[in-house]
Amino acid sequence: MKSRHKRFAMIAAGVAALGIAVALVLNAFQSNLVFFFTPSQIVANEAPVGQNFRVGGMVLTDSVQRGPDGVTVKFVVTDTAQSIPVAYRGILPDLFREGKGVVAQGKLGTDGVFHADQVLAKHDENYMPPEAADAVERATREMRKSYDASATNQ
Amino acid sequence: MQWGSVSEFLAMGGYGLYVWGSYLVTALVLGAEVLLIRRRGRTTAAITGPTENGASE
Amino acid sequence: MVPVFAVLAVVLGIAGLYVGFFVAPTDFQQGESYRIIFIHVPAAWMSMFIYMVMAFWAGVGLTFNTRLSSMMARALAPTGALMTFLALWTGALWGKPTWGTWWVWDARLTSELILLFLYIGYMSLAAAIDDVRRADKAAAVFALVGVVNVPIIYYSVQWWNTLHQGASVSLTRAPSMAQSMLLGMLLMALAFWMYSIAVSLMRVRAIIMERERASAWAQELA
Repeated sequence: MKSRHKRFAMIAAGVAALGIAVALVLNAFQSNLVFFFTPSQIVANEAPVGQNFRVGGMVLTDSVQRGPDGVTVKFVVTDTAQSIPVAYRGILPDLFREGKGVVAQGKLGTDGVFHADQVLAKHDENYMPPEAADAVERATREMRKSYDASATNQ
Repeated sequence: MQWGSVSEFLAMGGYGLYVWGSYLVTALVLGAEVLLIRRRGRTTAAITGPTENGASE
Repeated sequence: MVPVFAVLAVVLGIAGLYVGFFVAPTDFQQGESYRIIFIHVPAAWMSMFIYMVMAFWAGVGLTFNTRLSSMMARALAPTGALMTFLALWTGALWGKPTWGTWWVWDARLTSELILLFLYIGYMSLAAAIDDVRRADKAAAVFALVGVVNVPIIYYSVQWWNTLHQGASVSLTRAPSMAQSMLLGMLLMALAFWMYSIAVSLMRVRAIIMERERASAWAQELA
């Protein structure tokens, strides 16, 4: 009987230790595993200052400017509420597109420009053939046209 | 069907290395698992045979 | 029972690969690289599902002291670990061309890596203790505590900002995939499921034989 109690106490201690470890990991997740900050969070000063961090959002349409050297790229990351200009030198991933998701790692300069040393594409969870994607895009454009009176170039 | 030829199929639109790298490793890993379990079962059976006889005596 | 599941796994696998490579169209964003989805998602689903089943059997073994359930739990662990490895491996090969990196420490990828360590921890704990019954119990407690990681993996893409995209297929809303792509993925998921059952049954049989041999020897010595 005594050994049984002892074993039970040991199991309980093990479970408690594991539980504490899990709680600590969860806590670390909560504070450190924010993979990126949105432009709104950066404007609200929630991002770390003077440190490397990541900014995530959508590449603003028509904002991508390629430098004359061919490796410098400037674009604007937006979460539709706020935007952050980003400067980057290097190779962009295949899925880097205007209007699509992006995560850039780097530092926010005093000039308000985010100087990135790594740019990753964040794609969405939609999978469809190109024809379907075209149809969706066309439908969206038609809808926008009906709202926008100035678009009468038919 | 989107493949014009075998080489086109193998190229996977330029992603051949990634796509086939995934499928090949998956096939190898699953195949190895089956082989290992079979061998484990056979080894045990080979040893168990005489022992069972011994225990029943 | 094993041959039934093995045949189902092969048939569903061939059907899934056929649909995946010859029926499903090219993706509008990712081109052909998305075809990794047909093994990545099934492997990732199975990695989480097997852990839950393993923890369930381990828990049953712990509560009711039934030997067979503990053996089931032990038989599932290596397959679960392999599925986790495959999810990580195919994910890396998919991430490189699409995201631009093999690996990032985002919540989804990190929690899946923790799952691999949980499987390895479970197996090494079970193997480290000589007394089989005690090993079963200790490993069961470990497995049960580790269950918290499964919902963390699943909801990580909603709870935190991650590089990994959200779920394309969930129980609560319509899938955001073209039908033939979805069909290929579901067929492959079923194939992986059947494979896992077949392999776990084979392994549990080997474990039962091993334990019988061990107890036979113990009797002989006594």
